[in-house]
Amino acid sequence: MAMVQPRSIRARKLAAHLALLGVVTLVAFPLLLVISISFREGNFATGSLIPERFSLEHWSLALGIPWERPDGSMVQPPFPVLLWLWNSVKVAAVSSVLILLLATTSAYAFARMRFRGKAGLLKGMLIFQMFPPVLSLVALYALFDRLGQLVPWLGINSHGSLILASLGAVALHIWTIKGYFESIDGSLEEAAMMDGASTWQAFRHILLPLSVPILMVVFILAFIMSIMEYPMASVLLLDEDKLTLAVGAQQYLAEHNQRWGDFAAAAVLSGLPITLVFLLCQRWIVGGLTAGGVKG
Amino acid sequence: MFTTNASRGLPRHRSRSIAERYRRWVSRALVAVLVVSLLWLVVAFHLRGQWMFALLFLVLGASLAVVFGKRDLMSHRYVFPALAGMGVFVIFPLLYTVGISFSNYSSSNLLGEERVRAQFLERTYQAEGSAFDFRLYREGERRRLYLEAQGEDADIGTSRLVSEPLADSGQQGALAVHPTQSPPAGEALGMREVIAERERLQRLVLTTPDDVELRMAGLRHFAPILPRYTENPDGSLTDRRDGTRLTPDHEHGFFVDGEGERLTPGWPVAVGLDNYARVLLDPDVRGPFLAIFVWTFVFAGLTVLFTLAVGFVLASLLQWEQLRGKAVYRTLLILPYAVPAFISILIFKGMFNQSYGEINLILENVFGIRPDWFTDPAMARTMLLIVNTWLGYPYMLLLCMGLLQSVPRDLYEASAVDGGGPLTNMFRITLPLIIKPLTPLLIAAFAFNFNNFVLITLLTGGGPDILGASTPAGTTDLLVSYTYRIAFQDAGQDFGLAAAIATLIFLLVMGLSLLNLRLSRVEV
Repeated sequence: MAMVQPRSIRARKLAAHLALLGVVTLVAFPLLLVISISFREGNFATGSLIPERFSLEHWSLALGIPWERPDGSMVQPPFPVLLWLWNSVKVAAVSSVLILLLATTSAYAFARMRFRGKAGLLKGMLIFQMFPPVLSLVALYALFDRLGQLVPWLGINSHGSLILASLGAVALHIWTIKGYFESIDGSLEEAAMMDGASTWQAFRHILLPLSVPILMVVFILAFIMSIMEYPMASVLLLDEDKLTLAVGAQQYLAEHNQRWGDFAAAAVLSGLPITLVFLLCQRWIVGGLTAGGVKG
Repeated sequence: MFTTNASRGLPRHRSRSIAERYRRWVSRALVAVLVVSLLWLVVAFHLRGQWMFALLFLVLGASLAVVFGKRDLMSHRYVFPALAGMGVFVIFPLLYTVGISFSNYSSSNLLGEERVRAQFLERTYQAEGSAFDFRLYREGERRRLYLEAQGEDADIGTSRLVSEPLADSGQQGALAVHPTQSPPAGEALGMREVIAERERLQRLVLTTPDDVELRMAGLRHFAPILPRYTENPDGSLTDRRDGTRLTPDHEHGFFVDGEGERLTPGWPVAVGLDNYARVLLDPDVRGPFLAIFVWTFVFAGLTVLFTLAVGFVLASLLQWEQLRGKAVYRTLLILPYAVPAFISILIFKGMFNQSYGEINLILENVFGIRPDWFTDPAMARTMLLIVNTWLGYPYMLLLCMGLLQSVPRDLYEASAVDGGGPLTNMFRITLPLIIKPLTPLLIAAFAFNFNNFVLITLLTGGGPDILGASTPAGTTDLLVSYTYRIAFQDAGQDFGLAAAIATLIFLLVMGLSLLNLRLSRVEV
């Protein structure tokens, strides 16, 4: 493409690179710093980005292995980080599978079927999706408190309650999947139904196999959102061994006892997998997020 | 777009395969089991007098039965599970919260009136004047208690009692005592042995022949324990200790004594608009509320402005065709979006630490200053905006990159021919073209940051506190975190007041949401 070129193009390019590098430095600094701190000795050590006194103490503690200091004293892991990570993954996996199930079936109906109240339901979902669950925490707490008196595994301090509560946040995913379904031509399914397939069979055997990519995206999105969910988990979970990572991690930086080094190792250990998954899938995730979701 | 066979009136497809047909019965059985278990919940909640929850599950069970029972609601079966999820976990809590806002539900008014009454009736007191001195006697291996009335006019049957032998060990609850004329044979144990046995004796309940219960009331005494309150036919309670009458005040949900003094615990009652009146009229609540209200708007507005500015400039740079290495820059620039927020917020909490945080170390070495990020309100707010811009600009970057691609290239070409520079391009071409599709997304971002609970809670926890507030309120609190703190933190969890503020936020969010829907012209 023949673009009219201004004269000072080289100087401008250099300036652009410098500006971008400056921003990238600002962005990456905290992350690099945390990696560096996780290898420093002690909880308050300061120093250059490349640690001068290298130590695996914090990593050992984050992995749950007691650490022997040079002076012979044993340090016990302060918090069960791996257990928290496992809790988070467990809750996130189950709830994203359920969310995917609910969202896919309803997205199918919204994309392919004509029924009463469809437009109203779709608009209503968009509106209610904007209400933050933090505000109805009192009600959710009351609901699970009472429910737990009848069905213990759904009560306060159970992972069941957290999974169930996350099922309210399906509206965004329904819209994402619905958009994808609408981009697929319906004639395949119609042909199948002409040949005697039921609606469910057309959905299950024709449309679903065609939609695996978007289902993956929604699963990953729901998974990440669930891992990062804080307010509901902070109210519904009480015992230390029940906490998810999002709620537990803050205990490292409690008011009077900040374990900066231990936190850094735990943060890198648990944050890295999530970050990598996000970066690997960014091409698909970004499309889904910017379509309707909001973060940050 | 097509309709289901059933709603078209076509005959229903019957599968020849047996497995297919059984599947239908299996799904019916599943629905039936679900309906029955929901009905069980309805009955259970109803029996406990929790009609809100009974109603919720009644509506859920009934709609489940209708949707899966009627053939012409075939399409709705697909939508029902998701809608039920939203109904139970989004819409019901919302309505319930609005409901609570008209009540005085709080940690002092938690249980129902019946339970509160039962609690009062369970309270006991130790009658004065009719206590017994006791001694512990040893009879071989066994021990007995010997009681002697303190006053002459003992009103319990007789003035000298001796107990059955104490069990050798473990959990002995009730023990009968009998009238006697003289102390039991054997040796009276001294104070040291009594102290050694104290824990066991404290658990002991002695029952006299007239069914009066005696408990240990000190190292030398046993005394009768009597129920403190008796219920009168009109629903009031009488304090047997001093004869005070406690009348239930159904307007405020407390028992009150003769002087109008309230006794806790109370029970939740409807208080009408009291909570709203407190928010708007009580100076101790209104002051912090207004300050937080203003700060919430400022915070959300500035966040959107800053993240948009950073994101837009970066997107414009990355849009430049002649720049190399765009993919690498892009990946690095969306890093803050990829790292879980709860981790990056905590990283900043450590970095901004006033005494050993890296930021203050750098600032001190370079400029010789150590700002009080967590104790000075203005600095705390600055820190929040810095951190939130770091967290939020990648979203704006991604949005702008998408939108910039839709701007026709030849406009810039024409501008270059006419001698327009980058600034002219930005303000005359790019911004006017992308502002329209961007607006609804900006409103959504505003609403999100308006309710950015996680950032505030993890970074500052709302502090530093506002002085003189009667509710837990901080200078960096947003309305959501303020609500959360009133409901779940500190003493006196005031669910009613929290719900009233939450309801006000609901209205605001509702307004933003409707505005958004109108601006984005959603097609359904």
